[in-house]
Amino acid sequence: MNLQLTEDGKLHHLLTLDGLPRAILTQILDTAESFMDVGEREVKKVPLLRGKSIFNLFFEPSTRTRTTFEIAAKRLSADVVNLNISTSSQSKGEAILDTVDNLSAMHADMFIVRHSQSGAAHFIARHVAPHISVVNAGDGRHAHPTQGLLDMFTIRRYKGAFHNLTVAIVGDVLHSRVARSQIHALTTLGVPEVRVIGPKTLLPTGIEQMGVKVFHDMEAGLKGCDVVIMLRLQNERMKSARLPSSQEYFKFFGLTPEKLALAKPDAIVMHPGPMNRGVEIDSAVADGPQSVILPQVTYGIAVRMAVMAMLAGGTA
Amino acid sequence: MHASLPDATTLIGRLAEAIAPTLTADTYIVGIHTGGVWVAERLHALLKCTQPLGTLDISFYRDDFSRIGLHPQVKPSNLPFDLEGRSILLVDDVLHSGRTVRAAMNELFDYGRPAAIRLAVLIDRGGHELPIRPDFAGHVVDIPKHQNIILSRLDDGHLTLSLA
Repeated sequence: MNLQLTEDGKLHHLLTLDGLPRAILTQILDTAESFMDVGEREVKKVPLLRGKSIFNLFFEPSTRTRTTFEIAAKRLSADVVNLNISTSSQSKGEAILDTVDNLSAMHADMFIVRHSQSGAAHFIARHVAPHISVVNAGDGRHAHPTQGLLDMFTIRRYKGAFHNLTVAIVGDVLHSRVARSQIHALTTLGVPEVRVIGPKTLLPTGIEQMGVKVFHDMEAGLKGCDVVIMLRLQNERMKSARLPSSQEYFKFFGLTPEKLALAKPDAIVMHPGPMNRGVEIDSAVADGPQSVILPQVTYGIAVRMAVMAMLAGGTA
Repeated sequence: MHASLPDATTLIGRLAEAIAPTLTADTYIVGIHTGGVWVAERLHALLKCTQPLGTLDISFYRDDFSRIGLHPQVKPSNLPFDLEGRSILLVDDVLHSGRTVRAAMNELFDYGRPAAIRLAVLIDRGGHELPIRPDFAGHVVDIPKHQNIILSRLDDGHLTLSLA
């Protein structure tokens, strides 16, 4: 049984893109398209979630994701409460489910959950009352479904379709929940060639089984790509001796204008943020004409509005 | 097809005739998805309206959202003009409870404050639940509550009414 779907196949929680049918992914993207113009109107709100309470439960720090969830909820007219739990009850030793129960007793309708442990959002989704929806805003190395969806939305906006694309994901795939969500979404939406590019130490063994082509040579991997997705290199990885130094990494896997020239001339460059300039990406690329990194952030609002609207409706 | 249902094209012609004397250069036609847009497109052409045509999808303004959820195929609303101080002719295919029109008016006001909104419908079928009445109706008929009037567009673009 899929925890994310109701018996009649509607989205109830959004925890992972793994196993979600193409029809649902497409419906989310189409709905997001309809929300795009709300941000440009006189009144930047629609009354859809009036009276609903949405709790941003962030057990791990985040600026962009939390802010765009908050703006998205506000544009839907929901009431939003932000909790950065690392600094409040968790330090007092309150168990995660006690926190959830207390917030449920305050009549929560939806939880947006970010946690450093893989599976945290699933854990909460299994526990909450049936009328409450849970959105995974990133759990450990596991999944970050709304990021994956906003990346698909960005690709569709710039490339129009998925069936004729070659997409490369470059960098620390091993530790990246974003990469996993992207790969699930790209393959479900019918992208014929998904490549992962990175050093052996940063690519999970057996990743080929997810339907991707593996490259350890960035020049070879970028050839003919329509979309280049750069991943953030976490500085902690350097300390754990997986990499010699950030300069060394930049030399082999940093995206420079010279390396980008190997991809198709109209290739777009994406990054989920926050960027390490001069480590995985050159500023000349990040701020260059092929970069769609800031539009990704804007689209994230419409995509999160679509997800929240689809989850919150039809539950009364 | 129900024996008593008139031809949709004839009704649109009748509507256009009724609207024509009231049309000003400052009138903007806005159709409600999906049937209302088809009627609005025809009226826009028949009335030789020079202003751009607007379309509204009221899915984000429905009052039954908590009960039935989001419509699976939401279409973007498109109002390619500033509503502020303008005269709006709102067009829908069938007026029933009036809830769609209420939602449409709520949405219009989120784009700006129009000087006036008038309502034109192909068919007023009765069963109103709100104090909303059309300024122009192609046809007025009392249809039993359990029945629906549906406007469909055939492959050749022809519009036709049916009962279900």
